[in-house]
Amino acid sequence: MTIKLNINGTERSVVAEPGTPLLWVIRDELKLTGTKFGCGVASCGACTVHIDGEPTRSCQTYIEDVEGAEISTIEAIGDTTIGAAVQQAWKELDVVQCGYCQSGQIMSAVGLLKENPKPTLDEIDDYMDGNACRCATYQRIRAGVQRASEIVEG
Amino acid sequence: MTINTSRRGFLKGAGAAVAVLAVGVTPKGTLAAAGSQTATSITPFVKIYADGTVAAVIKHFEGGQGVSTGLSTLIAEELNMELEDITFENAPSNPEVYNNLLFGPFQATGGSTAIANSFMQYRTAGAAARDVLLQAAAADWGVDVSEVTLKNGVITGAGKEGKIGDFVAAAAQLDVPAQPKLKDPEEWTQIGNPQKARRDSHDKINGEGIYSMDVQLDNQMVVAIKRIPQFGATVASFDDSAAKGVKGYIMAQPLPNGAGVVAYAENTWAAFQARDAIEIKWDLTKAETRSSDQIKAELIAAVNTTPQFQASKITLADATSAMDGAAQVVEREFFLPLLAHAPMEPMSATIAPSGDGGVVMYDGAQGPTVNHATMHQILGIPMEKIEVKTLYAGGFFGRRLNAGADYIVEVTLAFAMTDKTRPVKLVWSREDDITGGWYRPAYAHKVRVGLDEAGKIVGWDHRIAGQSIAKGGPFEAMIVHDGVDHTSVEGTADTLYAIPGMHVGLTDGSVATTVNFWRSVGHSHNAYVMETMMDVAAAAAGQDPVSFRLAHLPGDTPDQIRKANVLKLAAEKAGFSKDLPEGHFHGVAVHKSFGTYCAEVCEISVDEGGYVQIEKFTAAADCGVAVNPDVIKAQVEGAIGFGVGHIMRDEITLDGGVVEQQNFPDYEPLRMRDIKAIEVHIVKSNEAPTGIGEPGTPPAGPALANAIAASGRALVTTLPMTNSGIEFA
Repeated sequence: MTIKLNINGTERSVVAEPGTPLLWVIRDELKLTGTKFGCGVASCGACTVHIDGEPTRSCQTYIEDVEGAEISTIEAIGDTTIGAAVQQAWKELDVVQCGYCQSGQIMSAVGLLKENPKPTLDEIDDYMDGNACRCATYQRIRAGVQRASEIVEG
Repeated sequence: MTINTSRRGFLKGAGAAVAVLAVGVTPKGTLAAAGSQTATSITPFVKIYADGTVAAVIKHFEGGQGVSTGLSTLIAEELNMELEDITFENAPSNPEVYNNLLFGPFQATGGSTAIANSFMQYRTAGAAARDVLLQAAAADWGVDVSEVTLKNGVITGAGKEGKIGDFVAAAAQLDVPAQPKLKDPEEWTQIGNPQKARRDSHDKINGEGIYSMDVQLDNQMVVAIKRIPQFGATVASFDDSAAKGVKGYIMAQPLPNGAGVVAYAENTWAAFQARDAIEIKWDLTKAETRSSDQIKAELIAAVNTTPQFQASKITLADATSAMDGAAQVVEREFFLPLLAHAPMEPMSATIAPSGDGGVVMYDGAQGPTVNHATMHQILGIPMEKIEVKTLYAGGFFGRRLNAGADYIVEVTLAFAMTDKTRPVKLVWSREDDITGGWYRPAYAHKVRVGLDEAGKIVGWDHRIAGQSIAKGGPFEAMIVHDGVDHTSVEGTADTLYAIPGMHVGLTDGSVATTVNFWRSVGHSHNAYVMETMMDVAAAAAGQDPVSFRLAHLPGDTPDQIRKANVLKLAAEKAGFSKDLPEGHFHGVAVHKSFGTYCAEVCEISVDEGGYVQIEKFTAAADCGVAVNPDVIKAQVEGAIGFGVGHIMRDEITLDGGVVEQQNFPDYEPLRMRDIKAIEVHIVKSNEAPTGIGEPGTPPAGPALANAIAASGRALVTTLPMTNSGIEFA
C-alpha cells in the first residue's frame, strides 16, 4: 500500500505493507537513520520519535496508524526551541559515549520538558525509565535534562 | 566459488589467518594501499586539508570509549591547536601501519590499550607534522626554521604569516622526522585539560553519526539469519515456502557451516519476517542439551576438588600449611553466571563489491585485521583488493571481536552465496544478540582465608572453575601458559595485597557455549570474589574494611602505594562509614586492572521493606597521565553502571541447551533510577597512561555487595543478586 507520511514537516509518499513498523520505514525507505533499532519490542527507547508531539516507540507503531500524523525525528528536533536546548545541553556536558541510544534519549527528554519544564530528579528518572543506555551515561542524561531546562528558561 | 564448508574447520582457519598476520606475514598490497593516501597525509596519523582542516587518523574504532577524542588530543597538542578545532577520520585496515603496538601486527581495539599503546605514537606523529610544516614555511620564506612558530593552524615568523593549508603540499614532500622533539609536559594545554570537547559528540546528538546498522547502499540486500536453537546444532533441512509470501523476500540459503539459514530480502523488515517464516529441521545429535543447573553443579564440584592447574607460585600444599597455623579461617563459595554484552547496537555489517573483483566491508570493526582475513579466506580475494571501512560502533564491551569472528563470517558467507553483484547487509535482532553466544563465562570460586591473631592474612586458597575463553582459539598462544588461561585467573594471584601463602588453582569447565572477552574480562568475576573476601576477612579480624586493606598494602612497591592511594582518596571523598544517615550503608572495593588502580565506595539505602537503592558511587582512579580527564570520568561512570547492573539482575541461562533469555525484558539493562549519583576523582600522575575503558567495572559489584553485607545481610555469593533474595527499589 502507498501511504502519505508527514515527516519532519514534509509530506513523503512511501510504499509499505500494512503492519510494517514505522521504524523500518523511517530507516530503510526514508533513509533517516538517526532513529535507531535497539530491541524491536519497545523496551529500550532507541527508536523514539514524536508523533503529534508525543514521544512514541516507532518499532511498535504500525505504518497504517500514522497516516496524516505529524512525525518528527532526531534529524529535525533541533528546529524546535526545546530540541535545540536539549542538544546544546548534551554537547555542553558531553553526555554521549557510543551514542547509539542518544537519539531516543533526546527525543524522550524533549517530550519530558514539553510537559514539565522544570522536572525534579525523581520526575526525570520516572520519565526516562524506558530509555536504556548500555554505556550507562545516565548521570549525564539526568544532568543534561536539568541543563536544557535552564537553557529554555533563559 | 570456494567456501570453506567445515564449521569447525573454518573457525580453526580463521584463527590461523589471524595468527599469520600476527606474526608479521602481511601482504605488501595492504601497505601499498595505505601508502597511496592523498598527498595531504603528512604521516599515516595526520591529514591536513588545503583549507587548513586537520584530521587525526584514528587506528582504533570509536565505540563510545572516547578514543576519537583521545587520539585527536595527542595530535592537537603537538600541533599547538585546540581540541575543539581538530576532526578525526577512521584509519583504513592495515595491520602494520595501524596495528595496536601491544598486540603485534594486528589492528584491533581491546584490553583498554588504546591510549596506552598510542600515547607516544600519536604525539610523535603530531610533532613530526608540526616540524615539516614549519620547515616548509621557513624554506618558502627563506628564513631559518627556528624563526617560525605554529599556533592554531597559523604559521608566523620573519614578519610573515600563513595558514598551514598553504604549506601542506610542500611539507608532504619533506622527510618526516622519526624522532621529533615532543612538547614538555609543562607546555601541555590540551593533554590533561578538563574541557568537555568530545570529537564524536556533534554527530551523535543530531542523528548524523553512521553506525554499521545505518549503512544504506544503493541496491543493497538485507539478510537476517535463522540460527541454531542450541549450541552445536546444525541445519538438517529447511522449507522457505511460507517466506515466499513476504513482500520483498528474495531467497534463502543455508549457511555452509550449518549454523543457520540466511533470508535475503529487499529491506530489514522483510528480512526479519522472511527469516521467521522459514521452517527448519535441526540436527541436534551434537547439540548442547544441558541446563544451567547442571553446568553450575559441575563448576561447584570442580572448586571442591584438587584443581587441574596451579596459577600461582605458591602450591596448594604450601598454602594449606600456611593456614594450619592460622588463628581463624573464613571460607565462602561463589557462583557467577554467564553474561551477555548486549551493546545497544545489535551486530550488523555490510559487504559490497568494489569493482575490479574487490570488496569493501562496512563495520564498526573492533579488529579490522580479522575482517580483512575473514574476507580473504572465505572469498579467496587477494588482500590488496579488500577494504574495511570502520564506522561508529554502538557500544561493544568486547562483543565485536571474538575467536569465531561470528557476525563477520556470517555476512561474508551471506555475500559469498550470492552472485556478488549487490551489497549484502547483515542485521541482527536483539534476540539474535542475547541468544547468540560469546558470553562472559560462568565461574565458580571457593576461597579459604586464614588470619593470624593480629588479623593479618597468613594463607589464601583460591579455587576457580570456568570455561576457558582462549583455549582452542587464535589467542591461545598469547593468553594460555602452562595450561592456565590468564583471563580466568587475572586479578587473583597477581593481587597487590601482601598475602603470604596465596594459592590459586584453576579447573577448566566443559564447553557449554561460545565464550568471549567481556568488559574487564577475568577481573569481572575475580575482583568480585577477591574484594568481598577482603571484607569477610576484615570482619573476622574485627577491622574496618579500609584499614584492613591498607594494612595489607604496606607500601613496599610503587604499585602498592598507588593502590593504597586510590583507596584512601575514594574513602576520604565518600566520608567512608562516617555520619551516614539512618538506613544508609557503605561498601568499598579497590582493584588494579589494565594497569589502572580504581577504588569505589558504594552508598546504599535500605528501606523498611528491605528494598535496596544505590544512592551514590564515589570513585578514585589512577591511570597515569590523564589525557582527557572528562572522558576518563565518563568511562568510570559508565563502567560502574555496566559492572553493577549485571551483578544486580542479569544472567544468561540454558534450559536443555536453549538460551532462556531473548531480549531486554528478560536481560534487563541498568536503568537511570538504579544509581542516583556517581562522583569520580582522578589521581594526578606523571606515569605513562594506562587503560580506562574497563578498570571501573571490577570494583563496582563488590562495593555494592559489601554495602549490602554491611546492612546486616549475608554476603551475596550467588549472582545475580536478585537470585539471592535481594530486591532493588
